[in-house]
Amino acid sequence: MQMVYAWRPEPGQIELRYVAHEQPLEPFSVWSCRPSKPVPSLARIWPLLSWYEREVTDLFGFPFQDQPQPEPLVLLAGAEPAVPPFDPTYPAGVELSVKASKIALPEIAGAEAAVQLLPFGPVRADVLESAEFLFLYIGEAILHLSTRLFFKHRGMEKRFEGTSPEQAVILAERVSGVGTIAHALAYCQAVEAASNCVVPPRARFLRVLLAELERLYNHLHYFGHLCHTTTLKVGEAEGKLLEERAKQLNGRLTGSRLLRGVLALGGLRRDLSPQGWLSAELERLREAFAGYAARLEETDSYLDRLITTGPLKREVAFEQGATGPIERGSGIDRDLRRDHPYAAYADLPFKVALRDAGDAHARAQVRMDEVQSSIALVQQVIDRLPDGPIREPCEIVPRSEGLGWSESPRGTLFYAVHFDADANLARVKIKSPSFSNWRAFPFTVHQTNMMDYAINEASFGLTVAGCAR
Amino acid sequence: MPLWTLFGLLEGRQTTSWPLAEGNDGQSGVIGMPRYHPDLCREGCEACAEVCPTGAITLRPGPGEGGRLDVDYGRCVVCQLCTEACPTGAMTPSSDWAFGVSNRADLVWRVHPEPVKAAQGTARRPFRRSLHIRHVDSGSCNGCESELQALNNPFYNLHRLGIFFTASPRFADLLLVTGPVTYAMREPLRATYEAMPEPRWVMAIGTCAVSGGVAENGYACGHGSEGVIPVDVYLPGCPPNPAAIIEALLMFLKRSPQRVRGGQVVD
Repeated sequence: MQMVYAWRPEPGQIELRYVAHEQPLEPFSVWSCRPSKPVPSLARIWPLLSWYEREVTDLFGFPFQDQPQPEPLVLLAGAEPAVPPFDPTYPAGVELSVKASKIALPEIAGAEAAVQLLPFGPVRADVLESAEFLFLYIGEAILHLSTRLFFKHRGMEKRFEGTSPEQAVILAERVSGVGTIAHALAYCQAVEAASNCVVPPRARFLRVLLAELERLYNHLHYFGHLCHTTTLKVGEAEGKLLEERAKQLNGRLTGSRLLRGVLALGGLRRDLSPQGWLSAELERLREAFAGYAARLEETDSYLDRLITTGPLKREVAFEQGATGPIERGSGIDRDLRRDHPYAAYADLPFKVALRDAGDAHARAQVRMDEVQSSIALVQQVIDRLPDGPIREPCEIVPRSEGLGWSESPRGTLFYAVHFDADANLARVKIKSPSFSNWRAFPFTVHQTNMMDYAINEASFGLTVAGCAR
Repeated sequence: MPLWTLFGLLEGRQTTSWPLAEGNDGQSGVIGMPRYHPDLCREGCEACAEVCPTGAITLRPGPGEGGRLDVDYGRCVVCQLCTEACPTGAMTPSSDWAFGVSNRADLVWRVHPEPVKAAQGTARRPFRRSLHIRHVDSGSCNGCESELQALNNPFYNLHRLGIFFTASPRFADLLLVTGPVTYAMREPLRATYEAMPEPRWVMAIGTCAVSGGVAENGYACGHGSEGVIPVDVYLPGCPPNPAAIIEALLMFLKRSPQRVRGGQVVD
């Protein structure tokens, strides 16, 4: 199971769509139902569905029976709009307002007096994204963590509605800044699937190159930040310097350090010329990273802080919907690039990184391997880049729909798009990897200690923007 | 156990000499705001205004000096769709990314902008070599955070300029705001501002914080930080690159001149 989302095929009619991944290399299964009354919550069977159901309730006002956590998720407690934001009668251009907000926290039986509450956020220390973390703790021991991750909810899915399909690429690039390519690619592929548009080979290869360059700078950033939390100062500086070099290569190749403004429906907006220079630059980066990674893996102070920290059991990772390097660090061997290949991944062999331990170290090692395989994939693309056109016109079919996906640096990302009778965007659903991984994250925090918290959070490498949308 | 300090030393100096001396600003090939050439703009054509996703380019209702278009760089997300759509070369890609201004009106294109004056004024002299910054993410896509975090990497090494990020608003002189200010972040943003001691200033970083950007006009977002807290410096960009942020900070401190007036670089 991947997700459930709602849309309105007809005015006044809600349809639920359940998207499931059954077998590799086979199409995703999509089940739909048009309920006339509340449907039972499936969160007790597939726990990962819980957040999706709550989102449907918040945004569409559609309730699920016996939802284990019926309080609002995406909307701030106290927002309680009279009309849900995705209702056609919701007044245009009116912002939500918040009355006094009260948060529901689990009750702890017994030693109430000793248990303290530490609310941290939404404005946190350093340059960080806004989110609130509520710790129930005794001394150093964390009993329970509650997260409030939707202060940054911008209503991006609704912003797509009515936007022209070409301009919507610009929106998709800005859903999660450090996932520019992953988001825009999944969106483009969803529209291309809806309109049976075949992307030319050169564009497909260049899309892989862009996606792997995105993974590269994200993972390099990850190690800089992980070293920051493990107080390895020189390691932090070196990781951030490698990230900066990767971003400068992005800027030189595409004009944008975050790789914006290149992807288009049907291919690319303009051709790129990686040949003749990028290969040598990446080889220098690869060598520098190999030395850096080897030093990290020999550093006791770093390893001591990661090994056995924040363990995520395989079963929990699967049930709660962990994805990307997080699930692969817990021994779940899934990667959309291999299992449901898109762009040119079917033509480009690579090995999916996998670890079993499920701790912070395993999550870091998966990313370490992925840095190497990303560089190798980019080198393959440069060697084998076919000539030819880079864009095929994309004719939007009225009342069509499509599902697009990509394996972002943080895991599986889906875009489901629906067009109305006038070939306008009627609904865009974004299933982001950070939404999935933030759901699994607290399970590695309950019953641990404060000292490990920052290290554990860094080892997940999540974004709030992707989650809150 | 590797000798990290030794490896660090062996790397040598990695910090650029820019902007204190001639040197690499790190933005080779990076595209900035599109340049508007009104003399090349053709009557009856609306191609750029039609493709602009944020309404940064609009057609003027009547004839006026400076061409047929109103171009507001405070709304530009640097997507370059206009430069691709323009059939006559009236909108062209450029490397003009140092777009920090202290007057919002300077982000709107106009003819004959006054020339740049050398940096002057003494109001912020006590802060010129020691500025403490608090950052608040009011709903950004994390693109601006990515570039703000880059300021402390060894290449830019912001500390060498006497500019520091601080954890508490109580120690901050300048508030950096990113994001379009969502309904849920409005109060936390105001509370952070209120917690700062006076004198205090605000810089809106990124097009979202300046005008709302791509998220504007939804059910969850406003029009940026203006109207929520008073803004002293505007730096549009999507996201502004680290060198653009450094330029804007030095401009705020009056250590370097404002480069943009009337929506164009006037060097």
